[in-house]
Amino acid sequence: MKKIFEYTKGMLPVSTHYCPGCTHGIAHRLVMEVLEERGLLGESIGVAPIGCSILSHNYMNVDMCESAHGRAPAVASGIRRAMPDKIVFTYQGDGDLASIGAGEIVHAAHRGEKFTTIFVNNAIYGMTGGQMAPTTLIGQKSTTGIEGRKKEISGMPLRVAEMLATIDGAVFVERVALNTPANIRKAKKAIDKAFAVQEKRLGFSFVEVLSTCPTNWGLNPVESLKWLGKNMIPYYPLGNLRSPEEVE
Amino acid sequence: MAKGILKFNKDRCKGCELCVVVCPKMILKIHDYEVNAMGYRPISVTDMDQCIGCGSCALMCPDGVISIYTEEVPAK
Repeated sequence: MKKIFEYTKGMLPVSTHYCPGCTHGIAHRLVMEVLEERGLLGESIGVAPIGCSILSHNYMNVDMCESAHGRAPAVASGIRRAMPDKIVFTYQGDGDLASIGAGEIVHAAHRGEKFTTIFVNNAIYGMTGGQMAPTTLIGQKSTTGIEGRKKEISGMPLRVAEMLATIDGAVFVERVALNTPANIRKAKKAIDKAFAVQEKRLGFSFVEVLSTCPTNWGLNPVESLKWLGKNMIPYYPLGNLRSPEEVE
Repeated sequence: MAKGILKFNKDRCKGCELCVVVCPKMILKIHDYEVNAMGYRPISVTDMDQCIGCGSCALMCPDGVISIYTEEVPAK
């Protein structure tokens, strides 16, 4: 029998702790598929964040390092400079990267650190129980904003990809979503390009992945995908914001 | 048309139904009575002959439950 699809060897054969329908599993798989296809599984070092993906080192079949909340880019910068021949990536959520770690990611991009960041944006704090994140949409209910986010109190949601695209050191910035099979294929291409940028040592590469959180959004997994397409994509437009010519 | 053969690793399935909604032939279904080791109702296929091997279900599955194979076509 000929293979059409098999689970990547980059993922360990264990069940994840993620809730049913959580797209973290898809994002993990895409990163590992890209590394497997590029033959980099033995060469890669990942940095896990604090958040739902804190235990991603139990699932990703590469060397991983845990970091303090929001400090994954700082840890990755150190690993990257100490081991310049390795492939280094961070895998961070929006509570980790966009709020407490905003300073680290901006300065890592600003210094042009040659690692890749996969930023999973699900517009809420998942692990701690659905509090409002910097990326929570206007009107979206959370446990710390039970009437929905209001602009005059909390400001507008932060568009991290656009912010980083203004920094010269970030040479590859793209936003993708995981709500349909077509978008998942595009997401894999974007992650592949981000690692190509790193393999060529061109600079900092960043992929924002719009993801779902069925549990804290209070929707079932299928409704969550529809909610993502209807509410998140209009505010966080998909597409490439910056890409070097060498990987086109 | 290429025919797909689905294999499920049912003990990893969390019954989220993301594969059910993306199947173009609508042949995937949450099992009516079977319960897996984690206590979820796993995915099952109603009519394997209709599978076209498009891979959408496996692409959408967050938990790596689905593998897809196809019969080798002998070279002419």
